Amino acid sequence: MAIDVLIAEDEPSILESLDFILRRAGWTISAVTDGDAALDAVRRLKPRVLVLDVMLPKRSGFEVLKQIRADVETRALPVLILTAKGQQQDRRIAEEFGADVFVTKPYANADVVGAVRHLLGRDAGTS
Amino acid sequence: MLSADFVIATAVGYVGLLFVLAYFGDRRARTHKKSFLHSPAVYTLSISVYCTSWTFYGAVGNAARSGLEFLTIYLGPTLVFVGWWFLLRRLVRISHLQRITSVADLLSSRFGKSNRLAVLVTCIAVVGIAPYIALQLKAVTSSIQAVAGSSEFGQGSLAGIDDVGLAFGIAAGMALFTILFGTRHVDAKEQHHGVVAAIAFEAVVKLAALVAVGIFVVYVGGGFENIFSQAAEIGITMDAENTFDARWLTTLGLSVAAIVCLPRQFQVTVVENSDENHLRVASWAFPAYMLLMSLFILPIAVFGLTRMPAGSNPDMFALTLPMAFGQDALALFAFIGGFSSATSMIILESIALSIMVSNHIIMPLVLRYSSGGSGDGQGMSRMLLIARRFSIVLILSLGFFYFFFTRDSDALAPIGLISFTAIAQFFPAVIAALFWRDASLKAATAAIAAGFVFWVWCSFLPSFESVSPRIALLMSQGPWGISWLRPEAMFGLEGLDPLAHAAFWSLSINVLTLTVVSLLTTQSALERIQASVFVDVFKRGQVARGNFVRGSATANDLFFVAERVLGERRAAALFEAEARESGVDPDMLEPSPGFIGRLERELAGSIGAASAHVMLSKVVSGSEVSLEEMMQMADETQQVIEYSQQLEKTSAELRSTAQQLEDANVQLRELDSQKDEFLSQVSHEVRTPMTSIRSFSEILLDDQDIDPGQRQHFVSTIHQESLRLTKLLDEILDLSALERGERAWDNVPIDAEAALDRALTVCEALLRQRGMKVQLGERAQRTMVEGDADRLCQVFINLISNAVKYNDSDTPLLHISSTVRAGSYVVDIADNGPGIGKRERKLIFEKFWRGPGGVADQGGAGLGLAISRQIIARMNGSLDLVQGPLPGACFRVRLTVLR
Repeated sequence: MAIDVLIAEDEPSILESLDFILRRAGWTISAVTDGDAALDAVRRLKPRVLVLDVMLPKRSGFEVLKQIRADVETRALPVLILTAKGQQQDRRIAEEFGADVFVTKPYANADVVGAVRHLLGRDAGTS
Repeated sequence: MLSADFVIATAVGYVGLLFVLAYFGDRRARTHKKSFLHSPAVYTLSISVYCTSWTFYGAVGNAARSGLEFLTIYLGPTLVFVGWWFLLRRLVRISHLQRITSVADLLSSRFGKSNRLAVLVTCIAVVGIAPYIALQLKAVTSSIQAVAGSSEFGQGSLAGIDDVGLAFGIAAGMALFTILFGTRHVDAKEQHHGVVAAIAFEAVVKLAALVAVGIFVVYVGGGFENIFSQAAEIGITMDAENTFDARWLTTLGLSVAAIVCLPRQFQVTVVENSDENHLRVASWAFPAYMLLMSLFILPIAVFGLTRMPAGSNPDMFALTLPMAFGQDALALFAFIGGFSSATSMIILESIALSIMVSNHIIMPLVLRYSSGGSGDGQGMSRMLLIARRFSIVLILSLGFFYFFFTRDSDALAPIGLISFTAIAQFFPAVIAALFWRDASLKAATAAIAAGFVFWVWCSFLPSFESVSPRIALLMSQGPWGISWLRPEAMFGLEGLDPLAHAAFWSLSINVLTLTVVSLLTTQSALERIQASVFVDVFKRGQVARGNFVRGSATANDLFFVAERVLGERRAAALFEAEARESGVDPDMLEPSPGFIGRLERELAGSIGAASAHVMLSKVVSGSEVSLEEMMQMADETQQVIEYSQQLEKTSAELRSTAQQLEDANVQLRELDSQKDEFLSQVSHEVRTPMTSIRSFSEILLDDQDIDPGQRQHFVSTIHQESLRLTKLLDEILDLSALERGERAWDNVPIDAEAALDRALTVCEALLRQRGMKVQLGERAQRTMVEGDADRLCQVFINLISNAVKYNDSDTPLLHISSTVRAGSYVVDIADNGPGIGKRERKLIFEKFWRGPGGVADQGGAGLGLAISRQIIARMNGSLDLVQGPLPGACFRVRLTVLR
């Protein structure tokens, strides 16, 4: 059962808002609240786009991203990194690990939706 | 009728007799320590070597020419021996203690054992004495010629030999004689008992001869009065007008200096002295001897002037008068007397000078340039003897050359006074050496050198006036026509007697230089030591006098060593303690073996045992030369110690400064990174609720068609997140204020149990909501502690709610106990949650740290524990994580109970 977007986010209210705006945009959504669950769900659910928070329990967002890029099966998965730490440092690490889009919190809903749409479109074009 | 041949033969025979005397005198002195050779009489007679042929012949001539002036030459020494014998005693004491061998050695030793000064003094002495030696040669030559007269028979084998040849022969003979006499062996103390015995014998002979001639003259002349009245009849009077003029005073002063500083006088009076007490006898006996010597001088002079044909040499009256009366035996006796006075002077003077030349000039050169092959004592001693012999030849040669160049002048006395003036240049330095502690080496050297230069210019040079036209020109016009530099009218001082002029300038400059330079320069350590050794000789003399351990260490010596190694304070303390213990004044301290041992141990602490021992044994055994080295060693050691201590201190300071800087730097960097970390955390913590607020606000704004239930939910989420944000900001401000010590409260006595009860009540709802059971353990009774009730309650609430929030157990359990143990009120709050891993134990009190799962939905910002710890710390208590009764975490609050 492939889904459009997998959300990995531990803050319940943020997760709720993401879930709401992405569903409203018309995509199928699944959500996890820690890093291990995120890796598991990526393999299991094969989402077309991953929205990944950096500050995740158990396994940080960066670690998850690294694993995804290391695995041949998931290497091409478009990933949107969400972080509350707006520092240059995080943005650089995210790019190094191969994040496709980097969005800082608090975000504008339209930006997140636009980015996901862009990633889904690219995914549609390549696959 | 006497002939030159007979007289010379007699003289040679007389010398042979002297030689035998000296030989047996030496043997006797060595085998019989108490022989008469060690008596004060012999000592006094040997001192009368002062009376040379200048006295024997010259004084008569001087009296004939200038009346009573000749007396001054005797008055000076009389003053010294009668009035100043304490000066001589001091000189003798010091010289014995320091093993002084000559006047050069004395000055060198006093002024820091400077060999340069010794060389200067020796050179000046050799040059200055040359006229004096020449005088003796001239006197003997004249006396032989007087005997020979002009007759064929009288001249005998001397026919065809002029005075120069005769003088050369005499000089050569004297040199040979002196070498045979004085340099047969080298004695450590430079005492020559045989020579002294011969000199004493000669003193008797010359006195007897002069007295014999005197008695004869008085007899022939019909008594003293008759002689003077006869002379007055033909217009000869003893001119008393010039008495007590400048020249008179000068001669008196010069003779005072001469009796102390003349090398031969120093030799007999000081070096050859075997017992200080002999000075007491000499102090009256020597003046008495001189009185006898001078008693008949005037009658002989006046009688000679009356009876002898005009133009005859008045210097030779003592010889020519008996001859004129046909008393050949008496004339021969007079000749032997004059010969005695000349030989005794030449022998002793050249021995004294040769000791100076060989000890201070030749030996240092030999030692410096020898390959070291002849290092054994035997070779050294032979070397020394050869050096002495060479010096004697040199000294007599100089005397001969002076005679050769100035043979045309006929009076004897002025020549002697030239030497006196030269030798007098040592006198200020000698007096300063004995009495003035601050006199320095530089000053003494400069003073003697300056005085000598003036002597050469004003006294020595003019004596060649009659020989060299150039010098005569120089005398009349000055060098390069500079009139104020004329040797006998320096700086425009004209009309003064040449002798007085020379003595005035040379000695004035000498004394002035000595005084000024001494005041301007500082002494070296060794100079200071030697100065105190010399000046305080009678203060410190007790040691040597009491048990006469030669060279045993004085407290002073030991102190100088100790001061250099231990520093002044420690050394002074050590010596004062010793003085207190032995109950004497510190200045009078006599070091006991025990004290020396203690001192050695003290020194060993600073420079090591071996060095300390070497150093002290050198002082104690009194090896003078090595004292200098030892002082240097001590100085260097001290310098090295001070330097290394300084280095150590400096490097320690540097190290500590560097460490402080590094610490400060680490602290600053730590603070800086903490600040960055804190801001980053705050940013993150603020952004999280802000994200929800913004996102839901946008949803609500964008989409008007959301159903009311959902809208209500979103609005309430926004509200909650706003509250969370507010609480977060409050906590951040609270913690920051606590950390900075602001928002302080006054610790007052409060009931801690009440605060705990209140916290449990507040948390009751939360506990019930999570279904968490509370297990109350032991509870303390009402316990008073210092603090703030609300803040303490806040801490308990934080700890309880943490236990609730992080507990993931199916049957959550909270265990609370409070006890009073050893003056402390202790509250344990434990749970059966996941506990805190080892890695996190250090982190839990850090800001923004949230449980191991980083669980977000607990709503805290991770500041609770940090704040709680700050609060408890301000109540002078502690908040720690401990091993609790349940598997989970256990926090312990500990506060001091008020009594």
